[in-house]
Amino acid sequence: MKQSLFTVAENRPLAKDVWQMTLRGDTSAITAPGQFINIKLAGHFLRRPISVCDWNDESVTIIYKVLGKGTDEMTRMTEGTVLDILTGLGNGFDTAKCGDKTLLIGGGVGVPPMYGTAKRLLSEGKHPIAVLGFNSKCDVFYEEEFRALGVETRVVTVDGSYGQKGFVSEALGEGYDYFCACGPVAMLKAVSDASTSDGLLSFEERMGCGFGACVGCTCKTKYGNKRICKDGPVLTKEEVVW
Amino acid sequence: MVNLKVNLAGIEIDNPVIPASGTFGYGQEFAQLYDINCLGTFSFKGTTRDPRYGNPTPRIAECPSGMLNAVGLQNPGVDKVISEELPALKKIFHKPVMANVSGFSIDDYAYTCEKLDKEEQVGWLEVNISCPNVHNGGMSFGVDPVAAAEVTRAVKSVTKKPVFMKLSPNVTDIAAIAVSCEEAGADGISLINTLLGMRIDLKRRAPILANKMGGMSGPAVFPVALRMVYQVYEAVKIPIIGMGGVSSAEDVIEMMLAGATAVEIGAGNLTEPYLCRDVIAALPAVCEKYGIDNLESIIGGAHHG
Ligand SMILES: Cc1cc2nc3c(=O)[nH]c(=O)nc-3n(C[C@H](O)[C@H](O)[C@H](O)COP(=O)(O)OP(=O)(O)OC[C@H]3O[C@@H](n4cnc5c(N)ncnc54)[C@H](O)[C@@H]3O)c2cc1C
Ligand SMILES: Cc1cc2nc3c(=O)[nH]c(=O)nc-3n(C[C@H](O)[C@H](O)[C@H](O)COP(=O)(O)O)c2cc1C
Ligand code: FES
Repeated sequence: MKQSLFTVAENRPLAKDVWQMTLRGDTSAITAPGQFINIKLAGHFLRRPISVCDWNDESVTIIYKVLGKGTDEMTRMTEGTVLDILTGLGNGFDTAKCGDKTLLIGGGVGVPPMYGTAKRLLSEGKHPIAVLGFNSKCDVFYEEEFRALGVETRVVTVDGSYGQKGFVSEALGEGYDYFCACGPVAMLKAVSDASTSDGLLSFEERMGCGFGACVGCTCKTKYGNKRICKDGPVLTKEEVVW
Repeated sequence: MVNLKVNLAGIEIDNPVIPASGTFGYGQEFAQLYDINCLGTFSFKGTTRDPRYGNPTPRIAECPSGMLNAVGLQNPGVDKVISEELPALKKIFHKPVMANVSGFSIDDYAYTCEKLDKEEQVGWLEVNISCPNVHNGGMSFGVDPVAAAEVTRAVKSVTKKPVFMKLSPNVTDIAAIAVSCEEAGADGISLINTLLGMRIDLKRRAPILANKMGGMSGPAVFPVALRMVYQVYEAVKIPIIGMGGVSSAEDVIEMMLAGATAVEIGAGNLTEPYLCRDVIAALPAVCEKYGIDNLESIIGGAHHG
């Protein structure tokens, strides 16, 4: 984990209530896709945890949904705004576990960590398949970005207004050998039940610290208590206690 | 050179800054961030007789200038703390540690304290009496002077280490509880634990915390904590560890002027992981600014007859 200052380089809307922010700063603590950062916002006591979507040596990109006051204030941050951020939090997706044909399943703001995971898998010479789920056409983002990587990409909407109609758990198809998933817990459960392979699932929890100190984010697993922020947010399908 | 040393119930500590129980685990997470030997000491996670999972999640909510927690005393139990956490701590922390103990009956407290008394790494016992008494309809030991004294006596009879009784602020007369603990033999008083609070999620129209209610702490509670430290200082002669919303060297000095011999920092560690290190580093300059050359000399300095 590292605490450092980042500068907003870009902040723009992507879809309904969904924004993308690129932050310039020291990204050396980020080691795996699926890790998260914890952002200090003026006027709020607790930091806001947001997944890493993509990163390089100079900057990190996040995608956030406007949910409450903090994320709403983030939409008004202009280029040059300086933010105090903890980086390199959580375990992230262990791509060594992933096979050649890994499904990358994202629901809503669970899509962003799948983008960094896709890039990592491609760099390992693997052939991931993206399954991106949204409620409606106005919520869809990053379809083009996944395709631009050369990743086979399926989009699913709950109301059928774009792509295939239904839930991501109904669009897993066949011929995959592993999966990585991030999204609402109901989606994760449905994916876990419907999947025919092993896989990794990324969970959310309300956090006090984000680095393992307060045990505010504990969950039970087959191998004992785990802290979502430090021992997770990624757990194996096999260890999850639903 | 400003002297930051204070004597905490017979043990001299290098400075009065102590991370508060429940916000510093058993030291390991923070030892990866900085050398925790810069601390006066630290109070480890509330430890109980048996292992505890604690409450279901969500356990954390936010409030203006603070937070609510309903962790529910998750801890591995005293045996594992002694067999695993203390040996691991020995490698990274070379000062006496403060052992924070919780219980749900008088026997629980005595059992756990007796075991920790045998550990040479433990310098002080800090006994959290905010917990519900299972033998008394779940009423907290800390709201009743008689129950608070009973816990104090039970713990004092099993240990020679200094015992700090950690009080709940959810009472009408905190000084009366403190006096009761002092009369029962306590070596010091820690205060305050968290204030009972609540938040409701507008979308779900339901409490945010799975436990519905939780303990509030952070800068929002500082004036309440300071007032209670001030009141307790007027009522007892034993040393006080003041806490509640401390987040700067100035706050440390304010707490000490109110009557604290040492100061704990809780929630601040969670949002500013380097806070305790930075407060200690800032203390000498802030002391000089206010004309303080010996920090110990200002304890209770705001009381003028
Ligand atoms: C590991 C992790 C990764 C995340 N990644 C993303 C992401 O990539 N994109 C994204 O849009 N959102 C993500 N979230 C959710 C995001 O943290 C919340 O939406 C955000 O904190 C809401 O802040 P707010 O001030 O707008 O809402 P408020 O409701 O005003 O926040 C009040 C408090 O509740 C907390 N909180 C509220 N909702 C959540 C939630 N769902 N999860 C955790 N804490 C919450 C806030 O952090 C804050 O402490 C992630 C959460 C976690 C735990
Ligand atoms: C997440 C969390 C967990 C806590 N756990 C304990 C505990 O196990 N035992 C205890 O005596 N106090 C516990 N406390 C209370 C703190 O030690 C401290 O008394 C209180 O938070 C006030 O200080 P603060 O405002 O600096 O946080 C906890 C506080 C927090 C925020
Ligand atoms: S949020 Fe503090 S331990 Fe996970």
